[in-house]
Amino acid sequence: MKLSFSPEDEKFREEIAGWLKANLTGEFEKLKFRGGPGDEHTYPDERVKWEQKLAEGKWTCVGWPKEYGGRGLSIEQQVIFFEEYARAGAPGRMGHIGEGLAGPTIIAFGSEHQKQKYLPGIVAGTELWCQGYSEPGAGSDLANVKTKARFDEAKGKWILNGQKVWTSLAHESHYCFVIARTDPESKAHKGLGFFLVKMDQPGITVRPIEQITGTSEFNEVFFDDAECDAEDIVGEPGDGWKVAMGLLGYERGVSTLGQQMAFQNELDEVVKVAKENGAAKDPVIRQRIADLYLRLKIMRYNSMRMLSDDAGDGSLQKEALIYKLYWATWHRELGELAVDVQGEMGQVIAAEPYELTRLQSLYLFVRSDTIYGGTNQVQRNIIAERGLGMPKEPKW
Amino acid sequence: MDFVFTEEQQMIRDTAESFLAEVSTSEAVRKAMASDTGFDEALWQQICAEMYWQAIHIPEEFGGMGLGYVELVAMMEQMGRYLLCAPFYSTVCLGVNTLLLAASDEQKAEYLAAICEGSLTATLAYCGARGGRTADAITATWREDGDGFVLNGDSSFVVDGMTAGLILVAARGEGSSGEEGISLFAVPVDSSGLERKAQPMLDQTRKMASLSFNNFKLSAASLLGESGKAWPVLDKVLDLASIALAAEQMGGSQQLLDSTVEYTKERVQFNRPIASFQSIKHKAADMMLRVEAARSAVYYAACVADEALQGGGLADELSEAASIAKAYCSDAYFKNAGESIQMHGGVGFTWEYDVHLYFKRAKGSEHMLGNAAFHRERLAGVILD
Ligand SMILES: Cc1cc2nc3c(=O)[nH]c(=O)nc-3n(C[C@H](O)[C@H](O)[C@H](O)COP(=O)(O)OP(=O)(O)OC[C@H]3O[C@@H](n4cnc5c(N)ncnc54)[C@H](O)[C@@H]3O)c2cc1C
Repeated sequence: MKLSFSPEDEKFREEIAGWLKANLTGEFEKLKFRGGPGDEHTYPDERVKWEQKLAEGKWTCVGWPKEYGGRGLSIEQQVIFFEEYARAGAPGRMGHIGEGLAGPTIIAFGSEHQKQKYLPGIVAGTELWCQGYSEPGAGSDLANVKTKARFDEAKGKWILNGQKVWTSLAHESHYCFVIARTDPESKAHKGLGFFLVKMDQPGITVRPIEQITGTSEFNEVFFDDAECDAEDIVGEPGDGWKVAMGLLGYERGVSTLGQQMAFQNELDEVVKVAKENGAAKDPVIRQRIADLYLRLKIMRYNSMRMLSDDAGDGSLQKEALIYKLYWATWHRELGELAVDVQGEMGQVIAAEPYELTRLQSLYLFVRSDTIYGGTNQVQRNIIAERGLGMPKEPKW
Repeated sequence: MDFVFTEEQQMIRDTAESFLAEVSTSEAVRKAMASDTGFDEALWQQICAEMYWQAIHIPEEFGGMGLGYVELVAMMEQMGRYLLCAPFYSTVCLGVNTLLLAASDEQKAEYLAAICEGSLTATLAYCGARGGRTADAITATWREDGDGFVLNGDSSFVVDGMTAGLILVAARGEGSSGEEGISLFAVPVDSSGLERKAQPMLDQTRKMASLSFNNFKLSAASLLGESGKAWPVLDKVLDLASIALAAEQMGGSQQLLDSTVEYTKERVQFNRPIASFQSIKHKAADMMLRVEAARSAVYYAACVADEALQGGGLADELSEAASIAKAYCSDAYFKNAGESIQMHGGVGFTWEYDVHLYFKRAKGSEHMLGNAAFHRERLAGVILD
């Protein structure tokens, strides 16, 4: 067991810190500490430009293999990258779904054609992606998707019909990865396909959904004879579930470290407010702040363990199984504290009709952390079944 | 960065586990806890002679194994799992750490050699009648007397205080307050005038004693380190001990999880194993989350402790890492113990099942060396003041 970084790694730290310092200026200055949880709707166009700035410096997709445009960084250097990114207050990434989910899936399961066609746009920060999994009837029970994909021989294309819901950033995205039923007679996780679908086409309608914050970050997406090229199915028809599950593994990968580093900035902000308004003298608030502080540290240690402890076969170690439940619960408590440290003042919004302060947005947004990406209850089922070998949920 | 056990560390862990599974059975623990000394002397001698655990992190120059704190916590974790009743925590985590940080080379040579040999056990008396892990908690006093010193007052919650051959006593200069005036003394227990009394505890698996000093005379040679300036060193010792204790708490939490899950898979109600009820599964999942987070906190703190003892960039993090580990593990252990009783139903409430032993150890350990609220406040002081 060894925790220190090598001199080479420390040199790398200087490199990225220096780059950020030199480039997160001018038109990008206002993006500092913006675009995080609850703040995703802020400055979308400027943040897309920032993605391209990152790409210029080769700072997108840093963990991807070099042959696909990444830097092939070691785990240590990825950790350093995310640490410095957050320390500099660099903005929430617009390209995170492409970089963290779509790209790695294409690298692992995609064809040569798909790699050529899609990876460069992700690396360049010019093409944004969204995730078309959930449907009205398929939330926690994701395998219950009803969206259908039929192959039209005449057109030589897949034709998609159905509806997705809660699709984050669909309104900003160029592509969506969609799971849909290729075998109309099939049930559950059999007979699904995994499609890479262009958003800008007549068969797709995106309708924003107003969220608890009054803003819109997610959408309904309707597919009415939407088209998808024959080459744009990942794997074979019927492989969809396997590909989708592989992707869930990436959701827990190194990319989430970036998120944690940003958590530290949020906690710092709460601490700052508490010091300014005197809440830092309140013994109960002190306990809550210290508790979140120490549990955030543990979150970091836990992910260091997770990253060092890769069995290499894609299976999740115990520390990885608890990861989502742990951070989601932590973040929700941070959000609660963010308004509680402000007392009654925390209830006064920034402006009419419903403009919220950053901490108020955070407070509301964190309610979703324990819902998306597998609810806390679903996480507990997974932990109990896979981590502890307890019986599976009964079938109905 | 490589935050996993090396093969050697894994081996030490595995050896400790299989040894303890054999010797520290429920029956053995119950026998030990019912005895006056609180442990089986023959087993302790076997540990000292065959396993050499007492010497784990004593440097080789003093006859020890010269291993690090990661190895030490790997063993403490297993001792926690099997509720080992032995003077390991007192001798190694309190005694040896104090000697390593505070004693002169001569004193080290004398005491550490005896500990390595298995002929001496040790402990540390760091608080008065009301307990605590702050400088203010030290109520025993010292004053100079000729060449030597005179002690007065009480020390309490001295782990294995009735059996230890060497008691390292923290006392404050008469009239001093706070962190000023603290000195450490090596008190051999055969000295006359030392009154020791067993303190019967709710947790019977860890024996405590209180000491009374009545114009108790000590030679100049019994002073460890500089007179009146011992608090920073003692503070560091208590942090090191907290990390070891946190490892023990984490091991106990793990054992509760394992035994409880096993029980729920066997126990059938409503024609199904109770493990198939979601409210039981979810409790178990939360127990596992606490165990794994506790493990991450403990291993990290152990790496920090290593650097605090041997030098390294993480040394400055010692008090923070100790507070994080002790706060989290204290809560995790007690919560897991409480849930375990609930998930066992009626049998969890019996003397026969072992759950209560863990439940009691959890609360006892929680309050030793500062509970979670204490350590959170300690962190808050750094973050907020
Ligand atoms: C902000 C936000 C962004 C999102 N972004 C996307 C996106 O980009 N793409 C996408 O595809 N989806 C997205 N989602 C959808 C998200 O993945 C689903 O909301 C989630 O999977 C839960 O499904 P559901 O909303 O249908 O709730 P349900 O599954 O109906 O759950 C309702 C309640 O029932 C509980 N429950 C359900 N099943 C079980 C069970 N087996 N055991 C115990 N309790 C159970 C749940 O825990 C929950 O408390 C997003 C959601 C949110 C809130």
